[in-house]
Amino acid sequence: MRRTLLFIVIAIVLFGAFKFYQTYSMQTRRSSFQLCDHCPPGFEQTADNRCKLSSMYQQFSSLKGKGVGGLQTALPEMHDGFSPQQIDLGRYLFFDPVLSADNSLSCAGCHKPEMGFADGLAHSVGINHRQLKRSAPTLWNVGFLNSFFWDARASSMEEQMSGPLFSPSEMGSTPEKLLAKLNNIDEYRQLFSTAFPGRKKDDTISMLEVCRSLAAFESSLVSLNSRYDHYAMGYHEALSAQEIEGLNIFRSFVARCAECHTPPLFTNQQIAVLGTPEPEGLPLDIGAEKTFRDSTMRAGFKVPTLRNIDKTAPYMHSGVFATLREAVDFYNKGRGHAVPKGEKLYLHWHIWDPKLTDYEIDRVVDFLKTLDDETFTPQVPAHVPSGLKETHTLSAYNQNKNKTE
Amino acid sequence: MKTLLKLLLAVCIFAAGIFTSRFLWPEKVASTAQAPVAKLFQGATKRSSGMNNTKEGKVIEVRNGESIQQAVTKAAPGDLIRVYPGTYKETVYIDKDGITIQGVIIKDEWPTLEGDKKLNDAFLYSGNNFTVENFRIQNFKGNGIMGQGGNNYVLRNNWIINAGVYGIFPEFGTNGLIEHNILTGIEDAAIYVGMCDNIDVRHNQVYGNVAGIEIENSRHALVEDNYTYDNAGGILAFITPGLPVKTAYDIIIRNNYVLNNNHVNFGAAGSIVSQLPAGSGVIVMAADDVIIENNFISGNNNSGITITDHKYGANLSNDPESDPNPDRIQILDNFMTDNGNKPIDRVKALMATQMSTKGPDILAVGGGSGSCIRDKNRYRSFGLDNYSQCMMASTDSIISYLLAKPLESPVVSGEMKGKMAFYGVCSGCHAFSVRMVGPPTITIQALYKDNPQGIADYINKPTHKRADYPEMPPQNYLTPETRVAVAKFMLSVTK
Repeated sequence: MRRTLLFIVIAIVLFGAFKFYQTYSMQTRRSSFQLCDHCPPGFEQTADNRCKLSSMYQQFSSLKGKGVGGLQTALPEMHDGFSPQQIDLGRYLFFDPVLSADNSLSCAGCHKPEMGFADGLAHSVGINHRQLKRSAPTLWNVGFLNSFFWDARASSMEEQMSGPLFSPSEMGSTPEKLLAKLNNIDEYRQLFSTAFPGRKKDDTISMLEVCRSLAAFESSLVSLNSRYDHYAMGYHEALSAQEIEGLNIFRSFVARCAECHTPPLFTNQQIAVLGTPEPEGLPLDIGAEKTFRDSTMRAGFKVPTLRNIDKTAPYMHSGVFATLREAVDFYNKGRGHAVPKGEKLYLHWHIWDPKLTDYEIDRVVDFLKTLDDETFTPQVPAHVPSGLKETHTLSAYNQNKNKTE
Repeated sequence: MKTLLKLLLAVCIFAAGIFTSRFLWPEKVASTAQAPVAKLFQGATKRSSGMNNTKEGKVIEVRNGESIQQAVTKAAPGDLIRVYPGTYKETVYIDKDGITIQGVIIKDEWPTLEGDKKLNDAFLYSGNNFTVENFRIQNFKGNGIMGQGGNNYVLRNNWIINAGVYGIFPEFGTNGLIEHNILTGIEDAAIYVGMCDNIDVRHNQVYGNVAGIEIENSRHALVEDNYTYDNAGGILAFITPGLPVKTAYDIIIRNNYVLNNNHVNFGAAGSIVSQLPAGSGVIVMAADDVIIENNFISGNNNSGITITDHKYGANLSNDPESDPNPDRIQILDNFMTDNGNKPIDRVKALMATQMSTKGPDILAVGGGSGSCIRDKNRYRSFGLDNYSQCMMASTDSIISYLLAKPLESPVVSGEMKGKMAFYGVCSGCHAFSVRMVGPPTITIQALYKDNPQGIADYINKPTHKRADYPEMPPQNYLTPETRVAVAKFMLSVTK
């Protein structure tokens, strides 16, 4: 009896000590948040403390400055020029679940660095296990894009962010709630005043600053040094004979992949109506028809980049194809083969019946894998200023898995 | 017919010229093979002919049984690859600058690229300053000659038969010459200039295709002296919506024969040209500032010239960034007769409103403004009510839309290249003063002070030096000059 009591007392003391240590270490940790004062890889730091992209592709030009063309073509203009501090602050925000209504989900919950900044799901999962309508797109090279979301409904990164942050089925917050929470965290107030030195001392964190920091971080996700890029720069040994065969099929006018997935970003940033099947039981996703209020764009979606495509299965807006091979094979099954009966879609003219052989499809897949480059993957912060931990990921994933099984 | 003979004669003279040149100037083929050719034709002295290879390289010969691709792999910028008569079954891709591939025609024996309807494309190029000439290209599934991104191209004297979707298709290129080609049996446009600037398309013979010559989302294009007949549509100037380059303007269609383009439309289902009404001579869709001058346009059963906007012309997704209307079209003097003998129903209905049973010489439908025509009463026309009288008489002052000098790639100093490679590659693993994947830049600077070559050699073939760091992967894909440049830059970095 006494022994048991002693045991309980010791347990309580130990627990208390642990708790104390935890709080203490959290405090020391909190005060140790420092924003990086140099630019992330891929960026040159200018005299006025901005990070400007520096890439081998800058030695080339492009027709009308559009950043589409052949192997040695310049990139489109990039959304860069943020300070290293803003980028690093964006990194903390990106990985911080405090941005969601119930503190369970960060941006990285659906844009996981280890999964090509996508999440491996056909339909991403928001707070409260809400299944979303579309698959999370990769964020690699997002700083070069001029429209956002599968249906192109945002025209800047900053505009895009208010989508997931405040959608009730995604992160579910509101601007007021989010700012109240952030302004309540001393660490964040300090970090924001470092990242935005122009502001007044007592200024509170603004939504604009939050969006700007997140945009700064996301624009630093640059992937332009794949084996394909080595080939494009003139080192032809970078690709195997089979991969070069794949490249030639990819850009041939039989497969026509490069007509929309145009180098150097492997997207021409246009809307295309492909007529991919929806997952079983789901209605047709009308895509860009809603954005532009234009029935000729029904079921149209933005052409996604193919960089790091090997990392971001499943594919298409609906994640209907589990593998790259299935995704490539879709284009080989004939124009309109999956369009629901009675639907009038203005299918893109490059959707046709190329009659690629199995061998050719395999080579295209080989080639697509040469677009992998994750060397500039940023470090995931060990702790975030809110002290919160992402709790969403695993449960959501399991939940979703159970659903689909 | 006379023109056909003239053209054939021209091709023969050209072939003979090449043949004899081998004996007259056997050493200097590279520099002479192009220049004299263009001089055979009128206006050549005023054009930037032979604009392509400024560098003189070596001559690589390919004979029957050998591979053209192997020669391309061996070739360096400035080299001339001469391909002798024979049958070559391969896709040749050219991802380097300054390559000329020249067929050698001997007693009308042509080097032939044969696709057997199994191979996709004959020539695929992305390099600048590319020339391909004197080939017979047949039975491919994709394109005869396709370019993505190369500037300053010359595609000429090729005989392209049943070669798939497009015969000649340069895309995203500035400053290109397409001349003296013969193309037939192509299921889309025989010559398709897509998203290019400064292009001359001249002296080509195109027949038995769905579309003859198409200038699409391109600017400063001269389509001149071509002989287009028996296609479903002769000459097209289009803005197609949904492409990344949105405009088409400053296009001259001049001195062409556009005859009897009444071929049944055999375009693939879903393709844009499959919607062309057979019997179309010239079609302008949404393109701006197009001048149509001195063409012989006759015997086209639907309409001689059609000017249309997107709404009438295309069954495509709209593009909010693409202007759907053809503006400022100028129809100068053209010889037009016997068009519109069998118009499609839609055109027939339009013509019925003005009591005509025949289709028009000139048909304008849909929006557009600022257009004009000379001597409108010469023609049977529809929809030209708001066309004014053109002030301009001719485009004689414009001889060519090619650039006076080849478009140079931007000049990038070694230092700049070093910087680009440092940030584009090295900075992924080396931060200035802290440890990332590899050791900090400061540490490397201390080790290799005044020794950039040491770094250049090391990164080409690294060895594992530090037990506490992972082994560095080789950076051998950077050229030797870039490796030295990046090493120098790395030694100069201060933050």
